[in-house]
Amino acid sequence: MTEVLQNLFWILIFPGFLFTACFGLIACWIVRKVSALVQWRVGPPFYQPFVDVIKLMGKEILVPQQAQRTVFLTAPLVGLAGLLLLSTMLWRITIEPTVPFVGDVIVAIYLMALPSLALILGSSASASPHAAVGTSREMKLVMSYELPLVMAFIVVIIKSGGQLSLATLAQQTPALSISGMLAFLVSLLCIQAKLGFVPFDIAEAETELGSGVLMEYSGALLAVWKLIQAMMLVAMPLFLVIMFLGGFGTSGMSLVWGICKYVLILVLMILIKNTNPRVRIDQAMKFFWIYCGIVLAVAILLATIGDCYGINWL
Amino acid sequence: MKKIVKKPVIAVGPFHPLQEEMEFFQLTVDGEIVTDIDMRLSYNHRGIEKISESLQFDQVPFLISRICGICSASHPLAYVQAAEEIADIKPPERALYVRTIINELERIHSHILWVGLAGHFIGYDTVFMWAWKYREPVLDLLEEITGNRNNYGNVKIGGCREDIPNEIKPRILKELDEIEKKMDMLTKAVLDDPVLHARLKGVGILSKADAIKYAVVGPTARGSGVDIDVRRDDPYAVYSDLDWNVITQPEGDVFAKAVVRLLETFESIKMVRQALKKLPDGPVTIEVKEIPPGEAVGHVEAPRGETFHYVRSDGGNRPVRHKVRAPSYVNVPSFKASCIGEKIADVTITLAAVDPCYSCTERVAAVDSRSNVIHDYENLLRLSREKTEKIKEGKK
Repeated sequence: MTEVLQNLFWILIFPGFLFTACFGLIACWIVRKVSALVQWRVGPPFYQPFVDVIKLMGKEILVPQQAQRTVFLTAPLVGLAGLLLLSTMLWRITIEPTVPFVGDVIVAIYLMALPSLALILGSSASASPHAAVGTSREMKLVMSYELPLVMAFIVVIIKSGGQLSLATLAQQTPALSISGMLAFLVSLLCIQAKLGFVPFDIAEAETELGSGVLMEYSGALLAVWKLIQAMMLVAMPLFLVIMFLGGFGTSGMSLVWGICKYVLILVLMILIKNTNPRVRIDQAMKFFWIYCGIVLAVAILLATIGDCYGINWL
Repeated sequence: MKKIVKKPVIAVGPFHPLQEEMEFFQLTVDGEIVTDIDMRLSYNHRGIEKISESLQFDQVPFLISRICGICSASHPLAYVQAAEEIADIKPPERALYVRTIINELERIHSHILWVGLAGHFIGYDTVFMWAWKYREPVLDLLEEITGNRNNYGNVKIGGCREDIPNEIKPRILKELDEIEKKMDMLTKAVLDDPVLHARLKGVGILSKADAIKYAVVGPTARGSGVDIDVRRDDPYAVYSDLDWNVITQPEGDVFAKAVVRLLETFESIKMVRQALKKLPDGPVTIEVKEIPPGEAVGHVEAPRGETFHYVRSDGGNRPVRHKVRAPSYVNVPSFKASCIGEKIADVTITLAAVDPCYSCTERVAAVDSRSNVIHDYENLLRLSREKTEKIKEGKK
C-alpha cells in the first residue's frame, strides 16, 4: 500500500506532474523573456505562463459538431500521460541512479513520441480543414525528425559500448567527442521540431493556419496542451543532458553544473528560434532526412571506428 | 441532379492572424497545393468618396488622409494636385520641396513596416520587432514636422499646412544617417540569410506578362520587372529635380519584391537629403480664393503604387465628384496569377508580398450568400431615387 502511495507521489507531485509542470512553466517564461529581450521588448512577468494556464482552465470547452468527441477529448490526456511517465522516469534516474529498472533508452524514445501522436490524433478528430492541414504537416514532421533522433541516440549507444540503461548513459559525456558532438547538434534540432519551435513550428504556423493543429482546442483542453508543451520544455532538454552531457547532478556543485547544462540547451534553442524564419514542410523533411542523415551516418561511422580502435575522441 | 463536389477550403480571413484588417481569401486546396483562390473584400465600407463630396475643398485633405494611415501623405497630395490643376494654381517652390520630403519619409516608414510584417508572416518575429523599432525615428521626424505620427494632413490646396523649420534640418539629416546605418544592417541580414533565400526565392512568381495583364502598380510591378513609377514617368512636386533611380527586379517572386522595397528605402533617404539641401526660402502656402468649374486627375506614387484621384468642381465650394483608386485595389487581383499552384505556406507570404492595405480596397457591393451580385451601381441608383420619390410623396 505504501509503495503504491509512494509511486503516486512520485508521478503526481515530485518529481512528476506538479514539479515538472511548474519547472516547465518557468522554462516557458525564460523562453518568452529571452525572446522578448532579443526582440527589444519588455516581456512578461515570471508568473505569466501560470496565469495563462489557470485562466484557460476556467474557460468553456467547445467541441466542434462534426468532431470525433471521444478522441478529441481524450487525446490531450493521452499525451499528458505519456509525457508524465517520461519526465518521472528521467527525474527518477537523475535522483536515484541506483534504482533497479525504471526504463531504458528505447522506452524513453517511445514515450517521447506519444505527445506528438496524441496531437495528431486530437487534431485529426476535430474535423477542421485548418487542423487537417496542420495534422498532415505534423505527421510529416514526426516522420522527418524521428529517424535522425534515433540515429543520434545510436551514436551514444555505440560510444557507451552497447549500453541501453539511462542511468549508465548518464555517467558518460559523449558530447566531448566528434561523433557525439555531431549527434548532439542534430538531436538539438530534432528537439526543436518536437517542441514546435521556429523554424519548425510548421504544424501550428499561426500566420498560415491560425495555430493549425490546436485550432479547435479551447478551455481546459488547450490548457492541457499548453502544459504538455511546457513539460516537454523540461523533459526533452533533460533527456539530451542525460544522453549527451553527462547527466544532471542532485547535490552541491553537480546540481549547479546540471542546471548550467540545461540552461545551455535552452539558450541554444531560444537562439535558433529567434534567428530563423519558419521553413516549409518539404524543406524540413529534406533537411532532416538528407542533411542530418548524412551528418549522422558520418557520426555513426566515426563512433564505430572509435569503438573498434579505442579512440575516445572520435 | 448535378452532383456538387465540395473541395476543402482553407479560409484566410475574414479575421486571421495574417491580416490586420478584414478581408477574406478562400484557398481551395488539394493537400498542401492551392488550386484556386477567391477574394472577398469590403468588410468595412466607409463611404469616403461620398463624405468627401459633402465637405468643402479645403476640408477634404484631412478626410482623405484617413483613407489609410500609412499612405496618409499620398492620398491628400493626389487630391490637392487635382484641385490645383482645376484652379491652375502654382504652389510656392518651398511647398513642393516640403511635400516631397514628407512623401519620401512616408515611403521609408511604410517600406520598413512591410519588411517587419513580412518577417512576422514567415515566423521571423525578430525581424518584425527590429524593423518596427528602426521605423520609429521616422515617425518621430514626421511628428516633429507635421504634429502627427500618421494622418499628417500637411498638404492643402496652394501649399502646405506646416513648414519644415530650418533649425531642425540638421536633426533630420542626423536621423537619416542613423536610419541608413540601421537599414544597411537589416538589408544585409535579410538579403544574405540562406534560410530566407530558401523560403522566399522562386515563391509566388508574378511574371512580367501577368503583371502587365493585371495592371499591377508600385513595388509589385517593379518586382516583376515592369519599369513604372509615377515619380519619374509623370513627375510631380520636385521629383524631376532630384537625382534618384527607379529600382526594378526581373524575377517577380516574393524575394524580388522585398529587394525592391529595401533598396527603394535607400533611394528615398537619398532624395530627402537632396531635397533638404536644395530647400529654397520663401512661403509654403499661397491664398486660394475659389476652385472654378472643371475636372482633373491627380496621381501620386504611394508606397504601394500609384494612387489616382479624380476631382470635379462645378464652381461651388464642394467637389461634386471625387473618385479614388488606391493601389491595393489593383494589386490584389494579381493573386489569381501568383498564388495558384503554390503551397499554402508560400501563398500566405505571397498574399502579404503586395503589401495589401485593405483600407485601400473598400468598395460597396451587395451580394447574397451564393455571391451573386444583387445590387449593382444602376440598381442602387434606382433604389435611392425611388426612396427620394417616396419621401416626396409622403410629404405631399
